[in-house]
Amino acid sequence: MLTCKQMTELVTDCLEGKLSIWQRLMFQMHLGMCKHCRAYVRQMKATIAAVGHLPDEPIDPKMHEELMRRFENWKSK
Amino acid sequence: MEVLPPGLPRGAGAPDLDQVRRILAGDAAAFSELVKAQQGILLRLARGYVRTPASAEEVVQETWLAVLEGLSKFEGRSSLRTWITHILMNKARTRATREGRSIPMSSLVSEEEAGSGLDESRFTPGGSWSSPPTSWGSQDTPEGLLLNAETRTHLESAIDELPPVQRSVLTMRDLGGMSAEEVCNVLELSETNQRVLLHRARTRVRAYLEEHLGKRP
Repeated sequence: MLTCKQMTELVTDCLEGKLSIWQRLMFQMHLGMCKHCRAYVRQMKATIAAVGHLPDEPIDPKMHEELMRRFENWKSK
Repeated sequence: MEVLPPGLPRGAGAPDLDQVRRILAGDAAAFSELVKAQQGILLRLARGYVRTPASAEEVVQETWLAVLEGLSKFEGRSSLRTWITHILMNKARTRATREGRSIPMSSLVSEEEAGSGLDESRFTPGGSWSSPPTSWGSQDTPEGLLLNAETRTHLESAIDELPPVQRSVLTMRDLGGMSAEEVCNVLELSETNQRVLLHRARTRVRAYLEEHLGKRP
């Protein structure tokens, strides 16, 4: 049986698909029985997904213009 | 239909190679497209290493120039994105050193990288939660987190505070959508090391949110 502490240590391996079949089974079983670890995994997944959707700064138009100018220079060489 | 030169190594896919061909042929739109696709992530990665936003912008501009200079030699052994990111990381590290900060290429066991961010005291000696995760209310979904402007700020701060290599790995994987293999190529890490760094970074970011949710940034 996995402890809650072990669950928190294994969560990334789980999400990366790196647990053995046995570990995966143990992981799912523990989740089924432990609302705290369910909350932890839910929060972890939400965090990762939110990070993935953080907006990028809009491209600085002056910088982009400058870069395209350099491109034209490079092209003509 | 163009035939690829024989013996071209795998790594870069057909879209990458096509884009490279177009840029080498002088297609400004193709270059602009590439820049726009990568700019956000490159800026974020640079900011993990250099002191100021202006410095980060310079590093990124230098990177693009180096990309143009080296593009004819791109062999496609790695994805285009990996190759570009690798150039950026080298330039960012060089600039960081010039600014007086020395950042390791990869570091697993250095002082600041050690520790996953989850306090031992959260658990009983037997390994059960003694101080379980607090409820995040409606913010335990990605949408819940992102719709809240304060939380977005907290997320940015959390990433900002990560040790440099953890920050790079998280940025590339979770923000940039790069694969584990690509990140390992860029940072010259083993898959296991990459995963440990990703784990530590994610654990810290979640812990930061837990501490700050509901508070003003």
